[in-house]
Amino acid sequence: MEQLVYKKPDSIRDDFKISFCPGCDHGLAVKLVAEVLDELGVREKTIGIASVGCSVFSYDFFNVDIVESPHGRSLAVATGVKRSKPDKVVFTYQGDGDLASIGLGETIHAMTRGEKVTAICINNTTYGMTGGQAGPTTLIGQVTTTTTQGRKVEISGYPLKVCEILKEVDGTAFVARVTLDNPAAIINAKKCIKKAFEAQLKGLGTGFVEILATCPTNWKMTPQEAHARVRGEMSEVFKPGIYKDKVSE
Amino acid sequence: MGRIVLNRDKCKACYLCIDACPNKVLGADENVNALGYYPMAVNHPEKCVGCAICARVCPDIAIEKVYR
Repeated sequence: MEQLVYKKPDSIRDDFKISFCPGCDHGLAVKLVAEVLDELGVREKTIGIASVGCSVFSYDFFNVDIVESPHGRSLAVATGVKRSKPDKVVFTYQGDGDLASIGLGETIHAMTRGEKVTAICINNTTYGMTGGQAGPTTLIGQVTTTTTQGRKVEISGYPLKVCEILKEVDGTAFVARVTLDNPAAIINAKKCIKKAFEAQLKGLGTGFVEILATCPTNWKMTPQEAHARVRGEMSEVFKPGIYKDKVSE
Repeated sequence: MGRIVLNRDKCKACYLCIDACPNKVLGADENVNALGYYPMAVNHPEKCVGCAICARVCPDIAIEKVYR
């Protein structure tokens, strides 16, 4: 007798349309969030906050209510949603250009207030949707459309390390950085995302997961080469790991 | 013995599943799909053990179900 061992998560719409480029880790991140919502059994009472960037089409695949926010203001919108409907589960799904650049003020202040929300950040070291411009997390020496000779410290400074900043913020309950470059890492990433939601459900504070993701199109690499880059130079600068965990304590 | 249910027209041919499959069950199709890609194909279904690793690494949720 055949046994079903895996199926598309219920939190992904049946008529979903994944609009990402081939091999982009965004699709994996979306799927992991959906699987966690299924496992926690909170799909019916979840409200997602979409940001501006490749994540803007969240309503095309998440089978939950989605609010679209202005660029960078996802956590400010999430604050409003959560405070007006405290029984709902609220999460934001943002890129690094949204959370760490334009919305860094909103991010830090929402987490300093200890808002009971979950933030998922996709860090792909570039502005993917607009064509691969340099972002705050662009690595030193990385060639983008706005750093054609490679990012230089004397001109544009150093890459911003979000987890290292947010672990020092008192309102956060869970801070982790994960990768999606192999099956074991994907399982670990799912555990971390689950804990970030549990931080919210237990009322401990903000849960935050930064996902080191690929952007094969703008990096001009194959999906396989892009994953090798995540494993190599990206993981050297942005060290994966759990930075803060009040959920397990 | 395992079996996967592939939605051919969702596949964007990143082939992450082909690299991840421990038993080398998967390969590339010779015909294009509705999106214009050469999707993944199950070349050796008899070798599949239903570990579901291909489904877990698929960014496009093209592998909708895995049976064991």
